[in-house]
Amino acid sequence: MAYGTFTEIFFYLFVVLIIFGALVAVTSPILMKAVMGLAMAMFGIAGLYLYLNSPFLALMQILIYVGAVCIMIVFGIMVGYTPKQLAEYAIGPKNTLLAIVTSLLTLGVLSFALVKTQWVPATGAGSGDYSLAHLGETLMTRYGLAFELISVILMIAMIGAVAITWNGKRRGIK
Amino acid sequence: MPPELLRMIIASVIVVAFVFLNAMILGYMERKVSAHIQRRPGLMEVGPHGILQLLIDGIKLIGKQLIVPEGSNRFLFRLAPLLSFAPCVLPFVVIPFSKKLQIVSMDISLIFILAMTSINVIAILVAGWASNNKYSLFGTFRSVAQAVSYEIPMLLSLLSIIFMTSTFSLQGIVAAQKYYWFILVQPLAFIIYFISGMAETNRAPFDMPEAESELTAGFHTEYSGMGFSFFFLAEYANMFTVCSIATVLFLGGWKGIPLPLGDFTGIVWFMLKVYGLLFVMIWIRWTYPRVRFDQLMSFCWKYLIPFALVNLLITAVVVKLI
Repeated sequence: MAYGTFTEIFFYLFVVLIIFGALVAVTSPILMKAVMGLAMAMFGIAGLYLYLNSPFLALMQILIYVGAVCIMIVFGIMVGYTPKQLAEYAIGPKNTLLAIVTSLLTLGVLSFALVKTQWVPATGAGSGDYSLAHLGETLMTRYGLAFELISVILMIAMIGAVAITWNGKRRGIK
Repeated sequence: MPPELLRMIIASVIVVAFVFLNAMILGYMERKVSAHIQRRPGLMEVGPHGILQLLIDGIKLIGKQLIVPEGSNRFLFRLAPLLSFAPCVLPFVVIPFSKKLQIVSMDISLIFILAMTSINVIAILVAGWASNNKYSLFGTFRSVAQAVSYEIPMLLSLLSIIFMTSTFSLQGIVAAQKYYWFILVQPLAFIIYFISGMAETNRAPFDMPEAESELTAGFHTEYSGMGFSFFFLAEYANMFTVCSIATVLFLGGWKGIPLPLGDFTGIVWFMLKVYGLLFVMIWIRWTYPRVRFDQLMSFCWKYLIPFALVNLLITAVVVKLI
């Protein structure tokens, strides 16, 4: 029992970390602080994975989301605009509408999934083999299609990035 | 108190003490080696051959005032040194110093180390941005571009070893080098890893982020006292981590000729190998001039990454065939 409450404290700690980080991320007027909030939320999610006894996923969360995604965002902020330009930049009514629709749709889809899923305790589900070798094997066989689709999405993102910079380069020459 | 908790507390104290000691040893080594390379005696005043100089420097830095520059972001400015120092200490928890001396044995210790070292870049970003100084910001730009690019060949070169051992456990990788060191079969991977490691730790000839002649000190220009020393400690701890990964993956870890030291044989060999590599790092720093930034980037993207990919492909084919 004592062990149970001890780990539960960690669970709530991580949840508070996620919520606080997410709030900082959406409310902070300074973009740099917002990214720090995002990184904090990502750390909290990694902590939740650790709590769920999946250290591999937790470390991947840190390596990819904190170590790569957040840094890329910050890099984008730094080379993009100065803080003064950002302060003067007004979000138009069209963008506001689009943002509201997107966030409401995301909320709807997520809550739909949350309500519809039948939750089973982790100990009772699956084969019980959660080793790294088993994980790799299932990714290559059973979830092969999903794995390939993710690489296609990454490919599209890369091509898109090249296309955007290409146009910018041409505009610069003119 | 449960024995496991007590063990963790003792281990944490030892690790932090070791990080400080390591910075002092490396600081002394760096100044002495650089001095001898430039044909001057170097530290001579405090203690015999100046060995107490770094201790005095440490005390001096603790006594210095912490200055927060005007117009900077106070909270992030104060946070950055801690953010840089904490993740650099954590890899020491999983490094196998000898067969028995490893604080936590994990299946995925290599991924753990890589994840922790990737947090360091965020600290540099925060420091550079919060300083409100153009030199800091330029240093940060360079540092992040460099760290993000050089992480790719580094991971690719490590992957070729993972292909051979099919384990992420550092003890498992050491055990796999029973008959020969992996540097003999993967010399290219070792060279690529060592070069990327030097770039990741911002060491010369890749020290563009803190190029003194053009950027004063890069991202930590505005830091004084303990704020500066935390960056300094983190840099040396990172150097140690990079060299210890190289030792474990390519140089057989704690394995070596048996010495009449009992259980200490392993740790003696491990330390000899790691500090040998660190000496090479310092040697390179004081021998080669700094590269230009475009050279730095093209070297990574046009040479290191293709070579690492080809090496990985050949390793995969050979491992499959054997």
